[in-house]
Amino acid sequence: MTITKPRRLATLALTGALAVAACGGGASTAPSTVPLSGTITIDGSSTVYPITELVAEEFQLANPGVQVPVAFSGTGGGFKKFCVGETDINDASRPIKAQDEAEGLACVTNGVEYVELQVAIDGLTVVVNPDNDFATCLTVEELATIYGPDSPENLLWSDVNPAFPAEPVERYMPGADSGTFDYFTEEINGETDAATTFATQSEDDNTLVTGVAGDTYAIAFFGYAYYVENTDKLKAVEVDGGSAFGCVAPTAQTINDNTYAPLSRPIFIYPDVGKAKERQELKAFVDYYLENTNAFSAEVGYISLPDDLLAAEKAEWAAAVGG
Amino acid sequence: MTSPAISLAHRRPIGERIIERLLFLAAALGVVTTIGIIAVLAFETYEFFLEVSPIEFFTGTRWSALIKPQSWGVLALISGTLLVSAIALLIAIPLGLLAAVLLAEYATPRARNVIKPILETIAGVPTIVLGFFGLNFIAPQILRPLLGTDNIGVFSALNGGIVVGILVTPLIASISEDAMRAVPRGMREGAFAMGATKFEVVRKVVFPAAISGIMASIILAMSRAIGETMAVVLTVGTKPQFTFDPTESVQTMTAFIVQISIGETAQGSVEYRSLFAVGATLFLMTFVLNLLSGWVVRRFRTAY
Amino acid sequence: MSAFSPARPVARFEPAVMRRKFTGTLFYGACLAAIGLLLLTLVALLVDVFVRAAPWLDVGFLTGVPSSRPARAGILPAMVGTFEIGIIVGVLTFPIGVAAAIYLAEYASDSRLNRLLQTNISNLAGVPSIIYGILGLALFVRALAMGPTILAAALTLSLLILPVVIIASIEALKAVPQAQREGAYALGASRWQMVSRSVLPAAAPGIMTGIILAMARAIGEAAPLILIGAFTFVTFLPNPISGQYTVLPIQIYGWAQRPQADFQGISAAAIVVVLGLMLVLNGLALIVRVRLSRHIQW
Repeated sequence: MTITKPRRLATLALTGALAVAACGGGASTAPSTVPLSGTITIDGSSTVYPITELVAEEFQLANPGVQVPVAFSGTGGGFKKFCVGETDINDASRPIKAQDEAEGLACVTNGVEYVELQVAIDGLTVVVNPDNDFATCLTVEELATIYGPDSPENLLWSDVNPAFPAEPVERYMPGADSGTFDYFTEEINGETDAATTFATQSEDDNTLVTGVAGDTYAIAFFGYAYYVENTDKLKAVEVDGGSAFGCVAPTAQTINDNTYAPLSRPIFIYPDVGKAKERQELKAFVDYYLENTNAFSAEVGYISLPDDLLAAEKAEWAAAVGG
Repeated sequence: MTSPAISLAHRRPIGERIIERLLFLAAALGVVTTIGIIAVLAFETYEFFLEVSPIEFFTGTRWSALIKPQSWGVLALISGTLLVSAIALLIAIPLGLLAAVLLAEYATPRARNVIKPILETIAGVPTIVLGFFGLNFIAPQILRPLLGTDNIGVFSALNGGIVVGILVTPLIASISEDAMRAVPRGMREGAFAMGATKFEVVRKVVFPAAISGIMASIILAMSRAIGETMAVVLTVGTKPQFTFDPTESVQTMTAFIVQISIGETAQGSVEYRSLFAVGATLFLMTFVLNLLSGWVVRRFRTAY
Repeated sequence: MSAFSPARPVARFEPAVMRRKFTGTLFYGACLAAIGLLLLTLVALLVDVFVRAAPWLDVGFLTGVPSSRPARAGILPAMVGTFEIGIIVGVLTFPIGVAAAIYLAEYASDSRLNRLLQTNISNLAGVPSIIYGILGLALFVRALAMGPTILAAALTLSLLILPVVIIASIEALKAVPQAQREGAYALGASRWQMVSRSVLPAAAPGIMTGIILAMARAIGEAAPLILIGAFTFVTFLPNPISGQYTVLPIQIYGWAQRPQADFQGISAAAIVVVLGLMLVLNGLALIVRVRLSRHIQW
């Protein structure tokens, strides 16, 4: 399934190209023959982690002198460490909170200069049991009826849409401390973190898969990757975001071009720009990340960026580190 | 006339005092740890109570830190913790004590060398493994078929209680067994001489004599159950509610602390600080528990 | 007619005796049933895990490094990390824990201060592991600037299990009959001589059991280490003083959360490895305990 040979060639070529393109303003234009070395520490979101892990793995294979440990303490924990300089890159499933004293304010105080780079898109997928033949398409309003804070404990499907059967809605949702939850509630319920307390929550999305797969009248939402791995047990619901496109099913294409709205969310990395200017291996790593993110994110179940957005991110990075 | 005893007597007291000081320092390390914990918790808890009313915190029964509308009633989390721990003890105390009696009174040395490793293996299973066992096996294969999938969900306090009970049984068993084996043989033999059956000897002689050690093991188990984190996180869920229904998904204080720590919350926020407040509450709870246990154990200690 | 019958004077007690014996047999059956239930649970756990892990357990898994592709993934760095932490924790808690227990059980008078020390230690035993994680992060990783290293993790875990080791050791020491101590004193021993040569060897099996159980728990902890920064994706072998690291429980947790079914398989395989490690540890404890208790008779 994985095509490693062409990727290896690409990696080697890329490393060579990177070595050649290493900026520094010096007169020498000869390719650098000094292999990269050092340690790059990364922490942050467990959502972004699978992509970063793959990038780190391939990068280390191409550059054996560099060690890239990647952790997932969570976006918040990651930012706290990032903004005191303990890590080099923070994976984030949400933008940094500029006014938070452990995040934005701490970064300012400690002189940590960062840039927000979007590396992929995650399509939040609403799923139901395969035997559910009535909820093929749900509007944002219907989703809000199901998951909104005023939703009653014994909500019936017929309360959501009179055409649906009068069976209780078995609601599952990701843990309230996850980026997935934050984003969904903001888009669907209109306010971040506002939701019903009558749903079964789980920090581990695999449990949500099991829950929905085992109950005909269940519904859940989570990242696209978990749907793609379980298409035999689940059915994805088309979402009508109120746009001209009507009911849109989540696919790589619709998430990429944002027709699957409003449930396509950006995921980011925040590299330490100051450190990248001083350390060649860090700059090389971020370059490598941006260069390969589209290929790698697809492999782990995320959606690649549209070309123009990717070009913009690369340009932003190049401008930040200079050269 | 040489007197080696006298020259030895001069040397020993100084060495003895040094040893005693060193041992005291080791024991006093515990105080340093406690001070450290209190310091770390107190500061953030104070900051938390600047934003949230302590009255709401300690008397409210609705806890919703991450889902709006926010509510800060810690009683919901406390009820979750107590519910899971109670179920765990209901399982662990009978199982543990029966196992302890078997090991101390009935088993041959060869049987002991088979049974004790079984208990120690269970004790050695990492809590995260037991949590996955509860999640992937106990809930879907035992609890839900037995009680009906409508009555009990993927997560439940019962599942958590069972898993924590399994976790804690070897603790009760091994410490109680040590306590029972310490009862001098003479006491048992005296009872046998008076015509008691083995069960009666256990019930009326060994058990009462070992009661302080047994109670120490139970209190230790209770503390362990209350403080258990990973096994509970995987089996009980994240649905804080004030209930004593074991089939419900709840959230314990420890699970909440983990949820916030490894999640996406910004670490300067009131939501993040709440974990310190919950941690401080937990700390106070176990402190009171242990004071109580110390008193109980002292009252029941048998001298022999 | 008198109940007293010279031919069989005990006859009137027989029904009561039979009843008492029957109750005793019932109780014995209950004891066996308890052990049986525990054994059954253990077997169910092992079978469930082995079935899921079987396709993934091979030498490559044990000697390889983690990868984004389950087929290539291995757990060597995690095993080394677990191992290194285990050793440091053992080395730290054994002397300190036993020393504290000796003080509290043998030397301490029943003064307010000493009772406070003891209460304090029982209290610490009940503090959740995550709180030790918070303490460890603030103290070892930040204040003492050790960074997220194995040493910081080992220190944190040592603090975590120290109270448990102390309590278990105290119980083991108290279980030694007073006669042992009095005999030593009668022979002219000083207190330390009495403790080190008479009481400690007698309590050794109980103390070792307590330490092994505590170490096994320390090695299996995940939550506090996530806080301290047990990096999960580590393809190199950790250096205890300065290196980033990971441990088996965290590797298990991380893999189990991935959507691909193959990751569940390698997570189960990692569980098998950690259980195997526990088995080895317990076997060691067994050998030690059997050897040490041979000469104890009272």
